[in-house]
Amino acid sequence: MTATSGPGFSLMQEGIGYAVMTETPLVIVNVMRVGPATGQATKPAQGDLMQSRWGRHGDQVIPVLAPESPQEAFELTVKAFAIAEELRVPVILLSDEIIAHMREVIELPNYESIKIPNRRKPTSINETPFGSKDPRTAPPMPPLGEGYYVLVTGSTHNERGYRDPRSFETHYNLLKRLWDKVWLNINKIFEYEAYRTDDADIGFVAFGSIARSAKMAVKILREKGVKAGFVRLKTLWPLDLKPIRNLCSMCKIVVVPELSLGQLVFDVERANEGNARVISYGKVGGGEPIYPRELVKIALEGLKS
Amino acid sequence: MKLINKHFSRKYLREETLPTNFCPGCFNGILINALSKAFFELGVVDLRNYVFVSGIGCSSLIPNPYIKVDLLHTLHGRAIPVATGVKLARPDLEVIVVGGDGDLAGIGLGHLIHAARRNMDLLVILVNNYVYAMTRGQMAPTTPIGLVTATTPYGSFEYPINICKVIASTNANYVARWTIAHFIDLKNSIKDALSKYRRGFRFIEVIAPCITYVARRLGKRAAKVIKELLKLGIRIKDFNDLDKYSREGKIGIGILKAEDKPGYVDLYGEYVKRVISCEGT
Repeated sequence: MTATSGPGFSLMQEGIGYAVMTETPLVIVNVMRVGPATGQATKPAQGDLMQSRWGRHGDQVIPVLAPESPQEAFELTVKAFAIAEELRVPVILLSDEIIAHMREVIELPNYESIKIPNRRKPTSINETPFGSKDPRTAPPMPPLGEGYYVLVTGSTHNERGYRDPRSFETHYNLLKRLWDKVWLNINKIFEYEAYRTDDADIGFVAFGSIARSAKMAVKILREKGVKAGFVRLKTLWPLDLKPIRNLCSMCKIVVVPELSLGQLVFDVERANEGNARVISYGKVGGGEPIYPRELVKIALEGLKS
Repeated sequence: MKLINKHFSRKYLREETLPTNFCPGCFNGILINALSKAFFELGVVDLRNYVFVSGIGCSSLIPNPYIKVDLLHTLHGRAIPVATGVKLARPDLEVIVVGGDGDLAGIGLGHLIHAARRNMDLLVILVNNYVYAMTRGQMAPTTPIGLVTATTPYGSFEYPINICKVIASTNANYVARWTIAHFIDLKNSIKDALSKYRRGFRFIEVIAPCITYVARRLGKRAAKVIKELLKLGIRIKDFNDLDKYSREGKIGIGILKAEDKPGYVDLYGEYVKRVISCEGT
């Protein structure tokens, strides 16, 4: 496990790509802050969403989890380790500066009750360390120094780890397997929270710290008699569009508040089947969060127009 | 047939991967030979307790996949951080890094110096072929002045790095430089680094000019290069006595430094013990 913020995360991208290719279990915490470059180094932002998903070169998919509170940061860290160990993938815990500096009471469970599956060791020398019959399960990971003579390489390799920098089949099969390994397990990875979406006219889609403002905005709007609801994504990648699609099909307008100029909004637009009007509310810099009152204003103006 | 069956190096190699992918006449094979011979003479049965780590480049393909050992083929220049991680996680394993000049002395120079400074328990073999050979022979940090490369068609004009001197100035335990022509010395050096000086940072530079992008451009065949290297390689003691002008073009070979200080793993173990004993009182 390692932890970093924006600029460090940019530097780690090459290593994350290597971890994807070599199927190394890994948890990386990225506390997002204002970029690009040095930006405003101590201020919160949510601009690393797309970088977390696609920052490496080449085709790959890795799970990205986003907590909204210290309590959830703990829970999702446990989950991140479980996914990483089970699927042999790097997992990114995408936090932001607001959550990182937040002080809240958290409830810790009994440590013995936390169960993280250990990576599977090969049972015999014939088991392939980089190939599995079922695309949903990760191949076993041989330890060093026990006579498995494992070949680990970031180049395209066959199921035994031998480099094959030329053949189409080897590369396609490897990449497809790495891709399927995560996408076919989306039920295990994907989590979201829906709040009062049953009869909503106004929807919010948010993640991380800004989801807290969105929740508050929903409460304020409901007090005013406006039917509002929101979907908070705990898992940002791989993304199941269903909850967002349901929200969009029900609402007149869907507001996507983000501490960036608009990245999550692309997914909402993709999920929207033309029923709702998607409003992107992006704001970033200076350590300014998005306040619930701003969201209430945006929502009410959106309903009028 | 019987002779071949008995060849000492076979148990250290993945035979299904042979012949190697190197250019005809490449000196990398000689290093594989030197490594196998060193293992053989040390009486190593199999390489179960060894881990090879390499980066990117021609020299990084020396262990991968030909040597039958646990092998990590990592990112360009990042062999040493990975090797450091392996060594700290499994101090019982002997970790050997094989890399090129562009890999270890170019992009990975920072890691190399810091591993040497910490006296990290690694054996690093740097194969200096004077150019970035895998990408078709561009100028590297070790390219001698005047050498024609792909990026310096009128000859290189930058001062090259004397990597052995840099490492010798740090806290490293063992520093040696050989050319690929001094096979016995090279093999003995590897043996020493794996037996007599078994801890701390051990660094061996092997001068092995790229056969395709250095020697061929100069119109030389492998045998001629070997002959020349034999002549150019001068024992470091004699080399130091030479004046500035006679040194030109010559290569000072030999053991620059050989100590047996405790390495990082030992120091770290002691440190942990000390902290625990302090906490107890």
